[in-house]
Amino acid sequence: MLRITNGQVHDPANGLSGEVRDVIIDGGTIVSAEGLPQAQLDEMETIDATGCVVMPGGVDIHSHIAGAKVNSGRILCPEEHGSHVSARTAITRAGCGLTVPTTHRTGYLYSKLGYTTAFEAAVPPLEARHAHEELQDLPMLDKGCYTVMGNNHLVMQVLSDSDPVRRKERLRDLVSWLLKASRGYAVKVVNPGGVEDWKWNTGAADLDIPTPPFGVTPRQIISALAETVDDLKLPHSMHLHCNHLGEPGNLATTLATMRNLEGHRAHFTHLQFHSYGKTPKGGFTSGAAEMAEYFNRHPEFTCDVGQIVFGPTLTMTSDAPMEFHLHQMRKAKWASGDIEMESGSGVVPMTYSPGVLVNAIQWAVGLELLLLIKNPWQIILTTDHPNAGPFTAYPEIIKLLMDADYRNSWLEKLHPKVRRYTCLFDLNREYTFDEIAVITRSGPARALGLANKGHIGAGAEADVAIYRIGDDKRAMFNAPAYVLKQGEVVVRDGEIVRTVQGRTLGVSPEGGERLDDELTETFDGYYTVRLANYMVEDEYLDRPEVVPCG
Amino acid sequence: MTTHDNVVCTFCGCLCDDIEVEVRDNTITAVKKACAIGKNKIMHATSDPPPISVRGVETSVDEAVEEAVRIMSTARNPMVYGMSSTTSEAQREMVEIAEITGANLDNCSSYCHGPGVLARQQVGLVSCSLGEAKNRADLVIYWGCNPVEAHMRHLSRYSLQPKGLFMPEGRKGRKVVAIDVRPTPTTKRADVFLQVQPGHTFEIASVLRALLNGVELDFPDGADSVAGVPVEAWREVVEMVKKCKYGVLFFGLGVTQCRNTDINVEQVARLVQDANRHTRFSAVAMRGHGNVNGTNQVMSWLTGYPLAVNFSRGFPRHNPGEFSVVPMLARKEIDAALIVATDPGAHLPKDAVDFLKTIPVIHLDPHRNMTTPWATVVIPVAPVGVAATGTFYRMDNVPLRLKKLVDSPFPTDEEVLKTMKEKIAYAANN
Ligand code: SF4
Repeated sequence: MLRITNGQVHDPANGLSGEVRDVIIDGGTIVSAEGLPQAQLDEMETIDATGCVVMPGGVDIHSHIAGAKVNSGRILCPEEHGSHVSARTAITRAGCGLTVPTTHRTGYLYSKLGYTTAFEAAVPPLEARHAHEELQDLPMLDKGCYTVMGNNHLVMQVLSDSDPVRRKERLRDLVSWLLKASRGYAVKVVNPGGVEDWKWNTGAADLDIPTPPFGVTPRQIISALAETVDDLKLPHSMHLHCNHLGEPGNLATTLATMRNLEGHRAHFTHLQFHSYGKTPKGGFTSGAAEMAEYFNRHPEFTCDVGQIVFGPTLTMTSDAPMEFHLHQMRKAKWASGDIEMESGSGVVPMTYSPGVLVNAIQWAVGLELLLLIKNPWQIILTTDHPNAGPFTAYPEIIKLLMDADYRNSWLEKLHPKVRRYTCLFDLNREYTFDEIAVITRSGPARALGLANKGHIGAGAEADVAIYRIGDDKRAMFNAPAYVLKQGEVVVRDGEIVRTVQGRTLGVSPEGGERLDDELTETFDGYYTVRLANYMVEDEYLDRPEVVPCG
Repeated sequence: MTTHDNVVCTFCGCLCDDIEVEVRDNTITAVKKACAIGKNKIMHATSDPPPISVRGVETSVDEAVEEAVRIMSTARNPMVYGMSSTTSEAQREMVEIAEITGANLDNCSSYCHGPGVLARQQVGLVSCSLGEAKNRADLVIYWGCNPVEAHMRHLSRYSLQPKGLFMPEGRKGRKVVAIDVRPTPTTKRADVFLQVQPGHTFEIASVLRALLNGVELDFPDGADSVAGVPVEAWREVVEMVKKCKYGVLFFGLGVTQCRNTDINVEQVARLVQDANRHTRFSAVAMRGHGNVNGTNQVMSWLTGYPLAVNFSRGFPRHNPGEFSVVPMLARKEIDAALIVATDPGAHLPKDAVDFLKTIPVIHLDPHRNMTTPWATVVIPVAPVGVAATGTFYRMDNVPLRLKKLVDSPFPTDEEVLKTMKEKIAYAANN
């Protein structure tokens, strides 16, 4: 057994707000200290957390860390790898990269920030084996991946079924099957209809414009998938990347999408990229205030922010048309991959600069959302790694949230016109440790339906992060004093001291054992792989764990 | 007798996964649906293994592995090389062996599709899975490749004949252009064949880009041809590109190995990017060996770079030309080599092979080949996709799981490499 003592425990799920408490670990699990005789406590191996906050391990709900498009990103930017390297040590593997680190390095970098779980945000089933192979080589974290379905032909084919009862049942089976085939954790929808539209070289998808060839609209796709996710009682809600990412005025589409989903659970990812107003001339303004106002009235929804980080990065998404536009705008390198029957993807390098007005507004929008959405359980810290910036910037973002003076000091570095378009510098809210704990661990764990993560009460997994309290919150969250994974100390003073292999989290919803006859016929006719070779085998999951539905 | 369905053929980058194989008494007795090459490869996958040997003396696997470990552990600047015909699982072990020994790590793509991979680093590539070609492509261009002879089922399974979701007529619904330096069985299947002079890929791609982007080209009288083809014909190609709904360009070694190598592919990749301003257009590299694409993928996720990596400083450094296999051997810098799933004796330049013969070479391969007679340590392995399972990446990055159909008396690449890795790591730490 192991005892963490004298630390200020921030465990919002269990109502602990900095109380000094012992946290007791037995094997990989947190156990109650109550009833343990003092003599036993005194004899335990002890971590002295005096002057530290003790929190659950961090949980990243949306990050691009493994799979075909991430690797395509690695190939695309050798120039960044050379200056960010880690040499092999007695316990760690070699690697490199900042915005798209190699797999082992990704695990170490997360762990060194106190994170213990992360989800790859977009995997097309046809390439799911690749994502899982990379995840096998990504240590330190429990992990999982989301299965993209918003432009899937089989999904659209089912939605074009005219019998509503049959349609519903078939979709439930299909979604369940796709999750099993890809070993996914959640249903991901990216620019519903829009990726397929672009394969026909037609414009951006609007909610009610039918997508060829099935004539299904994005509205139908998201409504039906949200309903199916609820019916299947999946632990995580539908994970939605709305239409029109990054376009001025897209606030209207995002709000219309949300209204359409009222009453269902839904997670709106990288909401910052979807919360823009428009000037009369077509320029960007912040739509964050209106968005937050709506969000504050809808507790059934969660979001993650996708906060911009200034500096060079790489954008990568299944939203292939968006990347095409970015390539045209920036005249930058561009990798793209259309995936038969399912999806697409694109990768384009990007630099966000404080002196560029649009970037300054984007940066402000993210922070406004974080400060204006009142309930921290509804908004999760992400950078949509690496789209808005690398996850290694989380400590910087925490500092921006906890320190209003620091935040306001940025005003002079930003484009001078930024004040016209944002209210950020009128906001005085400063996050507390509890609120930071919510947006970085407890909130995402709850949104993901992970009952044993995101808190450190009895029965929780012993994933713990201990940070030495300091005035500079960036420095504090950048180098945890200790990180424990599955009850073992893996990081001390910001350095890896032990490596562990995490689990792969999956789901096993009802039904969907096989594809129905009509869909089998489509599959056999139009995929280029055999159905028998499609489903990801057990060999690709090192330590699988099924998170229960319901 | 057992019949195995949906077997993946590992021979070429097409990775056809619909093969039927009959097995009787642990012997393959029939192969159906594969092309002639694939069939032959599968039928004879387990035949003619080399003897397990150290310096020409027959020995056991354990002793051969011991010697291999000794060689790699004492080498000062070793090379780990090959990988193109083994599983990603084995490739992952090779990367770690290179890491532990501070080795140079390279794969066969460095002298075939490598320039295309380097071009992807410079400009990216707009690409698609092969099913998009099947389901959508109304314009197909074969440039510097001859799939009819090298990827025999490519045309029937993916790119030319198949009836696709939005291409119900199959071949009839597609326009086909071939660009090559000589007529081939592939160019015969095309609607338009442009026979070009060798060495002009960059020029052709530049002219096509200019025409596509509406740049007026001024040719002096009597000199209005590019690579020996009248500019009018190139104009027609550009019109076809603009008019098509979904075009796919398949390019082969004729493009990647044209002189000046990577800048050719860069220009072709930019051409394809430009085409997307008018319509949808993708390019797919016609990767040769079954899992040569997998080597680029595995090396990228583990080292950050698809080829030509050096670990002498403990972290990956990348420098094609410096750490690529051929120049490295030309400089005679290597003092030991671990070579897996490729036959350098057959594929590398003679000088390189002559140099390899002077240093300790460890060779893993299922078959007796041009390297086994002189390699220092020879370890026969179970052939992948027949007697060993694992993952292969198709030319379009679709990963497939191989089947194990028969038992081999020999261990798999993955098993041998894993044992070696553990022993080398133990030696390094103690
Ligand atoms: S085309 Fe290639 S993969 Fe297909 S059967 Fe022939 S050799 Fe095998």
